[in-house]
Formats: sequence, C-alpha cells, structure tokens
Amino acid sequence: MPKVKVKRHGVSLDMTAMCDVAFLLLTFFILTTKFKPNEALPVDTPTSVSDLPIPDSDLITISIGKDNQIFFGVDAQPTREAILTKVAQDKGITLNAKQMKNFKLMDNFGVSIAALPAFLNLEGSDLSGFKQPGIPCDSLVNELSAWVLQARYANPKSRIAIKGDKGSDAKVVSKVIATLQDQNINRFNLITGMEAKPMAAGM
Amino acid sequence: MAEIADDGGGKKGKKKGGKKNSTKVDMTPMVDLGFLLITFFMLTTTMSKPKTMELNMPDKTIEDQKIDVKASQTMTLFLGKDDQVYWFSGITPAECKEKDLLQKTDYSSEGIRKIILEETKKIGYDQEKKLYKIIIVIKACETAKYKNMVDILDEMHITGSKRYAIVGLEEIEKELIKKYEDG
Repeated sequence: MPKVKVKRHGVSLDMTAMCDVAFLLLTFFILTTKFKPNEALPVDTPTSVSDLPIPDSDLITISIGKDNQIFFGVDAQPTREAILTKVAQDKGITLNAKQMKNFKLMDNFGVSIAALPAFLNLEGSDLSGFKQPGIPCDSLVNELSAWVLQARYANPKSRIAIKGDKGSDAKVVSKVIATLQDQNINRFNLITGMEAKPMAAGM
Repeated sequence: MAEIADDGGGKKGKKKGGKKNSTKVDMTPMVDLGFLLITFFMLTTTMSKPKTMELNMPDKTIEDQKIDVKASQTMTLFLGKDDQVYWFSGITPAECKEKDLLQKTDYSSEGIRKIILEETKKIGYDQEKKLYKIIIVIKACETAKYKNMVDILDEMHITGSKRYAIVGLEEIEKELIKKYEDG
C-alpha cells in the first residue's frame, strides 16, 4: 500500500471579505457623521436626567451664551427666508439678494435688526471673527419677540427649544421664557446633555 | 498572522528555476486600521446626541387656573448664588423680618433631594387625588445661574414632585435673600 501523503496546507485565511465589510462600514460612518458646524455661539448645556429626544424638524432654537447673549435660529432654510423678509418689511430695512443668501446659510445669529444689513455683508474670516452681541430682549426693545412671532407665522408647527449655557444667568432665561409666555407659548423644550439617572429616590 | 506564504504547491516550479514570489498581500494592517476607524466613528456619532427637558408654564390668559396654595402644604425654594439653595416650609409671609426663616443647602443628592423627600413625606399623600400634597414653589434669584434652574427641575423629576411652579421674586424676598447671602 502506498503511503498516504498528507498534504500540508498553509494556514491561509482570506481576509478580502472581512476587509470589504470593514470598509463598507467605515464609509457608512464617515458619511453619516455630522461634524459640528462652526458655531457662532458656543453653548455648554447643563445636564439632566431627562431622556426625551429633540424633535428633528420644525424647531426654533433660542440659544443663550455664557455672557447672556441671546441668539436665534430656525432649522429649515425656506423658513429662514420667509422670516427675514417679514421682519425686514416690518422694521423698514432693505436687503439685497446676497444678504438674503447669507442669512439663509446661517444656523443662528445674534445681532440687532438695525445692525443686520452690515452683518450680512460680512464673509469668510470677517464673519467668523465678528463677535455677535446678541439679540436685544428687554422691556424697551424686544426684538426676540418679533423674530419668534414671525417664525411661528412662517411655520405654525414650530416647537421652541431653549439652549442655555450652564453659566448664563437664570434671570436672562426667565426673561426669554416671559417673552414666550407673552405670546402664549407655554410649552417648550430645554436642551440639556445626558446624565445618569440616580438610584430610585424612594418615592 | 493571517497569511502564511504557501510554498508547498510551488515545488514543481521551483525546480525549473526562477523563484516565484507569492502575489498575496498581507492585509492585516489594513483591516486593523479599518476597524480602528470604524470604532472611532461609531463612538463619535452616537455619543453626542443632546436631550431635552419639557417645561410647561401656566397659561397667563386663563385667570381661574390659579389654585389656592395652602401654606401648610407648600415648600418654597430660593435659588441663590454660588449653587446654594435657601428653603423653608410654607409661603413667604407678608412681613418676614426674622433671620432664621431660611435654611441653606446645596444641589447634591444629600442636600436638596433629601429635604424635598422628607418634606413630601411629612406633608403626606392625598388618597383622593392620588398624589403627594406638596406644592413646591421655586424662585430663582437674580444671582442664580441657568444650570441651577435645570438642576432643580431635574430634582422635581427625580423626586417625582408633580406640583411645582417657577415664579418670580417679590421685593421683600429679594431683600431677605440678599441679607442671607451677605452673611
């Protein structure tokens, strides 16, 4: 009987398929990652145990910065245009097409209506270097109220979110809330970060 | 590691001469890198989702919505500066001159949360309405930060207090808090 020759195989593992999957996933994650846009106002939100997600659309965001500047932003671009047109009309300022386009591209802004045309002319590094003072919101000039009103006209389904910084004063937030309440908006969302729930509090 | 060059099959060719190199490329480092990047992107995409907290304020236009607040069922909290909370049971009397009215605590779980739970137990449970009778009045002073406001709303959530209200301070209360904060 001839000796059976045991053929020795090299321990070869075909990694092509695994590699394919890995890179497919990689592409997917790269494409879905939304990098933080260059924010005009950095906001460090406080944390809470609440775990409700933020509505994805129809959102009006009022941001309050560390130094109590108030910023206003709407998520949908067509709504932004409609709001600006109305507010400009009411306040008697004229804007050209370029300024309109710049406004549409802005996630939020924080300048008074009077300073708006000059602000919308800024571009590139001028724009990112410009320190926006915030929207005036006091009993004498309450421009925030005008913006919110027009935003709600433009999109009646809007929900309002307040995104306050940890260090902003409760006084300013109360003022913003009071402004909203004057328009009979009594439900809004406070944007917060996640925090672990403590153990059952014994109730 | 994954690829060991298989030269068992190439013996015949070798005899003829001309060493044939394997055309297989070692893909291990590439796969390693791929998975490393995947891990990175997975972790960065899912973690940064902010959450919201819903806040309902009473409708100002409806007058008869106001409910009578009994002093015996009420607890008043003042949010002061430097993360301090001043509190007492009851509502602020028209004349409050005495200095020992308020007690001071902080936002920790051993601080205000414990106090709220104790007060809630003390005031008791309403069998008819199926809720704790306590009403918490929150007053944010001018020196308080927004973080304090969120913290206290969070405590309402954690302790399960359903009846609470955020209201402004009256002049007399402002003076009182100032007295306490100045020492």
